[in-house]
Amino acid sequence: MITTYLFGFLSFLAIMFALMVVLSKNPVHSVLYLVLTFFTIAGHYVLLNAQFLAAVHVIVYAGAIMVLFLFVIMLLNLNEETEPHKSVWLKASATVAAGLLLVVLVGSLKGAETIVATNKFDPNIGLIENLGKSLFTDFLLPFEVSSILLLVAMVGAVLLGKKSIK
Amino acid sequence: MTSEYLIYKSLLVVLVFVITLVVAMYSTYAERKIAAFLQDRIGPNRAGPFGLLQPLADGVKMFMKEEVIPGTSNKALFILGPAISILFSFLTGAVIPWGSAVNIMGSEYSLQIADVNIGILYLFGVVSMGVYGIMIGGWASNNKYSLLGAIRASSQMISYEVAMGLSIIALVMTTGTLSLNEIAAQQQGWHWNILIQPLGFLIFVICAFAETNRAPFDLPECETELVGGYHTEYSSMKLGFYLFAEYINMFISSAVIATFYFGGYNMPLIARFVHDSNALAILGVVFLFAKIFFFIFCFMWVRWTLPRFRYDQLMNLGWKTLIPLSLLNIVITGAVMMRHEIFQLFVK
Repeated sequence: MITTYLFGFLSFLAIMFALMVVLSKNPVHSVLYLVLTFFTIAGHYVLLNAQFLAAVHVIVYAGAIMVLFLFVIMLLNLNEETEPHKSVWLKASATVAAGLLLVVLVGSLKGAETIVATNKFDPNIGLIENLGKSLFTDFLLPFEVSSILLLVAMVGAVLLGKKSIK
Repeated sequence: MTSEYLIYKSLLVVLVFVITLVVAMYSTYAERKIAAFLQDRIGPNRAGPFGLLQPLADGVKMFMKEEVIPGTSNKALFILGPAISILFSFLTGAVIPWGSAVNIMGSEYSLQIADVNIGILYLFGVVSMGVYGIMIGGWASNNKYSLLGAIRASSQMISYEVAMGLSIIALVMTTGTLSLNEIAAQQQGWHWNILIQPLGFLIFVICAFAETNRAPFDLPECETELVGGYHTEYSSMKLGFYLFAEYINMFISSAVIATFYFGGYNMPLIARFVHDSNALAILGVVFLFAKIFFFIFCFMWVRWTLPRFRYDQLMNLGWKTLIPLSLLNIVITGAVMMRHEIFQLFVK
């Protein structure tokens, strides 16, 4: 019972913080709200008994990526005064486009039927032992290939960061 | 989830909180006394016997001082900075096993607040959040020295987190668990991890110094270049929070070093003399704190021994020395663990 309440509370917080990311004028505030959003999502992972995923989510997203975001925004010194002001036409067209998207979403959800989960949720699936086993047996190839992806990104960053290429 | 369980856990939380505060408070005293000892001075000796009331006097001074919030600063974030800093310092104490379980009237009481099976990752996550307090505070001050200090602190912490994580990976490979309680329990007797992972320990300690912004890595608050670094604009207890967070981090880092590499609450040969499990548990807490105080002393010893790094030296040490070394450590650890398989490969 308590998990249902927690789920509702976390979802409310997640949506509220996500809205604040978009709505706050100050970019630094936006980044900080995004960090809070990541925390609430990590809370959802904990509710699903996937503690490893929750911890890694906090370490990677909140602890590393968002710090770099904050870094860049602080160095660029973006604030409320430097925010570009869009013309009325742009705002109006954005509103119409977003409204149309809402109509599409509501229309597609209206015709959809609710699906009941057939296989029962396994609470042990997110534990680190099971995750490691499936990563190193069933998904070994994708797991190793993704490391090459990271290596490529790293090499690219080094290449871009080099002052002169001979 | 009985009420008894809740009361015991709350008591433990309050106890750890109070002990952390007291240790951090007296670390300031110890720092001044050790500095005095190393420089052949006397140190604080006016407040109380041997100056023992000095931390209290300092605390009262911090609370009583005038609070200045710069007019141009972002007020909400300015207040949030030190709060975040001290919050995440306290959070790390939750997963440290302070001792083995105590048996009171037939029921076991673990001396660890939360025995989560991802203890190391939790610790790592909380440590990586600590950088926000410094960054937010430094930016919200709207002062170029503060901003420079904040940027230095965050880039230093991000850089050394990588090497720290890699050195922990080698430790996780040998222990086979991410739970701090199990790591401490495995090191019974002489099986301390320092004997298995000497290189990993070295890397971890250097990174711990950098993560706590202690000398010789205290560039974020380097007086000669940046006035006071990220806390230049802070006054009164907000400054106190930043300074306090540093001492708490030092205490927790010492506890983590003791738990990871120096047997935690274990002490060799003690099981021969003491047979009562409760007495052993309490002795374990004493031993753990003895180890922690020794490492806190090392933190201070190094501060008054080594000069501060230059910033490029710091980055070179982090990226070009410690990360390759920790990668090498992982490879060597893996090779030693798989030595029978590798040996058979060559025999065939």
